[in-house]
Formats: sequence, structure tokens, C-alpha cells
Amino acid sequence: MRILVVEDDLEAQRYLVNGLKESGHVVDDAADGDTGLTLALSRPYDVAVVDRMLPKLDGLKLVEEMREHGNSIPVLFLSALSEVDDRVKGLKSGGDDYLTKPYAFVELLARIDALMRRRSPATVKTRLQVGDLELDLLTRAANRGVTPIDLQPREFRLLEYLMRHAGQVVTRTMLLESVWEYHFDPQTNVIDVHISRLRAKIDKGFETPLLHTIRGAGYMIRARN
Amino acid sequence: MRATSFRIPRLLRSQAFRILLIYLVLFAVSAVALIAFSYWNTRRALDAQTDQTIEAEITGLSEQYQRLGLRGLVDVIISRSIHGDHGLYLLTDAVHRPLAGNLDGWPQVQSHSGHFIEFDYERRYGSETERRRARGRAFALTGGFQLLVARDVHERYETVRLFTTTLPWTVALMVLLGLIGGGFVSRNMLSRLDSINRTSEDIIQGDLSRRVPTTRSNDEFDVLASNLNRMLDRNERLMKGMREVTDSVAHDLRSPLNRLRNRLESALAHSEGDNAEQMQGAIEETDHLIATFNALLLIAEAEAGAAREAMEPMTLAPVVEGVAELYAPLAEEKGIKLAVKPGGPAPIEGNKSLVSQALANLVDNAIKYTPEGGEVTLAASETPGGVELCVADTGSGIPVEDRSRVMERFVRLEASRNSPGTGLGLSLVAAVARLHDAVFTLDDNKPGLRATLRFPVRRPRAAPAE
Repeated sequence: MRILVVEDDLEAQRYLVNGLKESGHVVDDAADGDTGLTLALSRPYDVAVVDRMLPKLDGLKLVEEMREHGNSIPVLFLSALSEVDDRVKGLKSGGDDYLTKPYAFVELLARIDALMRRRSPATVKTRLQVGDLELDLLTRAANRGVTPIDLQPREFRLLEYLMRHAGQVVTRTMLLESVWEYHFDPQTNVIDVHISRLRAKIDKGFETPLLHTIRGAGYMIRARN
Repeated sequence: MRATSFRIPRLLRSQAFRILLIYLVLFAVSAVALIAFSYWNTRRALDAQTDQTIEAEITGLSEQYQRLGLRGLVDVIISRSIHGDHGLYLLTDAVHRPLAGNLDGWPQVQSHSGHFIEFDYERRYGSETERRRARGRAFALTGGFQLLVARDVHERYETVRLFTTTLPWTVALMVLLGLIGGGFVSRNMLSRLDSINRTSEDIIQGDLSRRVPTTRSNDEFDVLASNLNRMLDRNERLMKGMREVTDSVAHDLRSPLNRLRNRLESALAHSEGDNAEQMQGAIEETDHLIATFNALLLIAEAEAGAAREAMEPMTLAPVVEGVAELYAPLAEEKGIKLAVKPGGPAPIEGNKSLVSQALANLVDNAIKYTPEGGEVTLAASETPGGVELCVADTGSGIPVEDRSRVMERFVRLEASRNSPGTGLGLSLVAAVARLHDAVFTLDDNKPGLRATLRFPVRRPRAAPAE
């Protein structure tokens, strides 16, 4: 995948670029808004990672101009600014996701993966399948093989999100933001408890576990180890 | 514009009107006193003059009687009765049978003052008669004769009567005019004060750009308004400055923290065994530092009122449901019953994200400090005094003397020092409460802790300037 990184903090930029390259992505970088905009408009990227505060052209303006030029690639904002209304401003200007510095690299990587996945919605899916676990989005029914699984509405949404990102790492913060729509970190890790309850419903008593914990990162649902 | 029915009692309650009313009463009382005093003085002077004349005449007449006898006195009285202008005379025998004079008979006395009497008599103008007031003195002559000498005081009497009948009307008219004038003055003052109040309300609600309107009259209100406006300009600058400081503190601390975390992460990727464990520990410490820093920044922002702009009408019921749902599995795992007490929608003006976070902090705490088998109850309810958000547990509670202390930053009671957390959970709740003009209290749940946020009744947003 081709990723554009626009970041003026050179050390952070180097780290980001190296990390993404190590993960198998092709990365271009820019250290100011103008260069970033020129690159974004001249080359095809799958995702752009844009710092919120940039010299020459501010991150918000950069994305606004990209959108005005009809460029619709997913944008992940990185921001060292205070959070309360900055997230809203970032998303309003045309950003697709927002991550506050300092961030864990796995968090960034998981979000980039999620953004790229969102970019290619082949068809509108009404059924999700991972291994022998099936989720019918119309009838709201879940089955593992021939066994029906009884899910609470929130558990259904949690499983749906995990299955839509099957094979990808999904972080706790991503779950909290997407499934619960909360943008804060609870003092206790409540997500882990929700996951273990879900795991008890979909994996307990079956031979192959589907819902995996990725140490230091989050969770992943996948058919094979 | 407000309805008149609302305006009038408000007008009467206004300070300007009250002051005016006091002045009016003082003025009326002093005017009445002044008029009464000058009237009384004038009347006394006039009476004294009349009395002196009468005394002189009596002295003269009794001398005549002594010198010329009854015959002579009668002559003098007859002559004075005809020629005198205001003089009234009557000479009678011992049983008040008239012998001479211009009065028909001994009069009915109306009032006494010393030796002097006042009475009514009838004066003839051709065939017409008129009842008039006279003041005089009766004098006993030797031989049992009675002499009455009096002067007509009808003019003075009429003046007095006129005075006493018109005075109440005059005062009433004065009070009425004063009230009307006062009403106008106070209404004018009230409308100026209203505009100041409306502006203040808007600013409290978060619109820092509002200013008090001024007129061209350059009066005290304009001076007040322009002083307030200058103060508001300065406030706005300070708030803006504060926000810029928060932003740059955030930026200047987050960037190096970011680099630090990056370096630790890449160091972890290239280390093994014990070293890796050390690196993992360092990353965890960094994350704790970041969490504390984020919480502090959020508190600072909430206290600077920066989030006020993101306030909107919302209801607490779904927030309570959501947070309860988020924490339900955790509570169940700990063997705690987490219940939501049914209540109304509980509408407030608020920042949904911050209120959710504050509630989550309270629930988190409640679950943390409630032993197995305990209960945590969430409730949002509408009360006459506002909207209440309450989290009650059956845990160990907080001693009375520590309750206000735990809302301060970084204060953690000894018992909880080893539990995870930044020590900023309750401070954030307190900051969110202040942002919402809500009152945050911690009470004894007997046993346990009851944390309550009391939001004020939602005010309708002030209308834009007229």
C-alpha cells in the first residue's frame, strides 16, 4: 500500500516512515503542508497520515484543499493539540480518523489498516463470515457452524466490527470509539471484559478459537492461526 | 419584548423604584409638615391680632361703661355696630336678653381658646342671610350685664376649610405624579440594567464576544457599560491567551513524549529477555505519564471553559444507560449488582463527551471500591431544583473529613494508593461539574458513597441582540 506521511517533527517522521516500511508499505514523506499537498495531488496514495500543525499550510487546510480538488483518499490526523474540540474540527475538515500524540505505533498501524479496508467496500455486505462463524446483518442472527449464538445488541455490534476487520489488529481504543462511541480512556479496561464475554459465547466449546488477543496491541478475529 | 403583566411587578420590585418611593414619601411628609407649620403659624399670628383688637375694645368699652354708665355704653355700641367694619357687639342683661348690638342673640359657642370663643352668626345682606364665623370674648360688667365683643373671622375660617379639604388632594396628586415619573425613570434604568444582564447571561453561557450596548448619552450607565466592555475585552484576551497556552503546552509536551515513546518502542523491538521486559516497563510508565498529562490537560480545558462552545441540549438518560452498559460486565465479574434507577429523560445543557467521561469515572470508582456482593446504582432524575445525576455504592465510602479533599488534584486516600489510576478521576468530575454550573457533592450512602451532580435547570438560550 502507498502511504503519504506529512509530519514536520523530523524524528517522529523518520520513526513513522521506518515503522510503516517495516510493515510492508510504500511510504512518501513531506515535512510541510505545501509539499504534502503537491504530493497528495500528484501521486496515487491509499492513505495519508497528516500532522495537525504544519508549517506553510496547516494540516486542516491541507485536507480541505485535497477534498476541494476531488481527492478522497482516507486521511488520518495526528495531533499534539488538546482534544476537546480539535477532533471535531479535524473530522469536519475532511479527515477520516484522528489520533492524539503520543500514540502507540500498533494503534496507528491498526487504524491505517482499518482506513484502507474501508476504502474498498467491494459490495454492500449483508453477511459476514470468519471460519464457520457467520453473522447475518439483516436478521441479526449469529451462528457458529450449526450452533446459534445468542448475542446482546452491543455484543452484536462488537462482533460485527471485529468481523468487518477480520485478519486485522483492532485496538481497545478503536473498539471504544467505533462500538461505544466514547472518545476517552476508561480508568479500568472495561473492553477486555466485554471481549472475554464475547469470547465465551463464540469460542467456548469449539475446537478452533477465532477471537485472539494480540499482546500489547489489541484483538483480532481470524479463521486460522 | 416581555409581556406587560410581567413588567409591572418587576418594575415595583426594582431598586430604582424603591428608592424613588422612599424619596416620595419623605417629600410628601416634609411638604405636609412644612405647609402645616406655616399655616399654624399664620393662623396664630392672625388670631393674636384679632384677640388684641378685641381686648382693646373690651378695655375701651368697660371704661366707657364706668364713665358714662349703661346709657353711654349702649350709645357707643350702637354707633360702633353701625359704623364698624368687622366689629360684632352684644350687650345683654344677666340672663342674656339683648339690650344693644348687631348680634341677634347670645351665640352658640363652637370652640374655646383661653378667654376667647368662636361662634357662628348670621349676617344680613338685604333679604339674604349668610352664616359666618366670628371670634370674640364675653365680659361681665358690674350690675350683671354681659358684654360680647367679637370680630368676623370668616375669611380666615374659609381659608382654613379650603386648606384642609384641598390638602389631601394636593398630596395625592403629588404622589401620583411622583409615581408616574418614578415609573418612567425606573423603567428606563431597568431596561439599561436588563441589557447588561442579558449580555452577562450570554457571556456566562459561553459567548465571549458579546458586549454591553451603549447609548450616546454618555451617562453613568454608559460609563458602566464601557467599563464592563473593557473588562470583557481583557477577559476575552486572557481566555484566548490561556487557550493558546494550553494548546502550546499540549503541543510542546506531547511532541517530546511522542518521540520518547517512539524510541522506547523501537528499542523494545530490538531487545530481548530482561532488556525487553525493562523496555516494556518503561513504555508502561510512559503511558501512565501520558494518561496523567491528558487528564490534567482535560481538567485545565474544562476549567478554562473552552469546552463551553461544545455545549448543547442533551439528555442524561441515554448517557446513564450507555455508561451502565459499558460497565455492566465488569461489575458482574466482580460480583457487584449494577442497576439503573428509572427516571425521566433529564435534559441538560452540556458537553456529552465530558459528562459521559465524568459519569464513567464515578462508576469506575464505585466499582473499584465496592466489595463483592455490593450494589452500584446509577440514576438521572429531574427535581424541582434541577437535574440530578447520581452514582451510589455500598462500598467503604469516604470519611467526611476527606470528602472535599478527594476532589483536589492528585489526592488519593492511603487506602487506595496502590490501586491503578491517575488520582485525577474525581478532580475531572469536579471540573466538569464547574463547567456545567453543576454542584458536585459526595455524601454518605449508609453504607457507601453517594456522588451527586446537580445540574441547574436548563435555561433557554438568550435571544440574540434586539
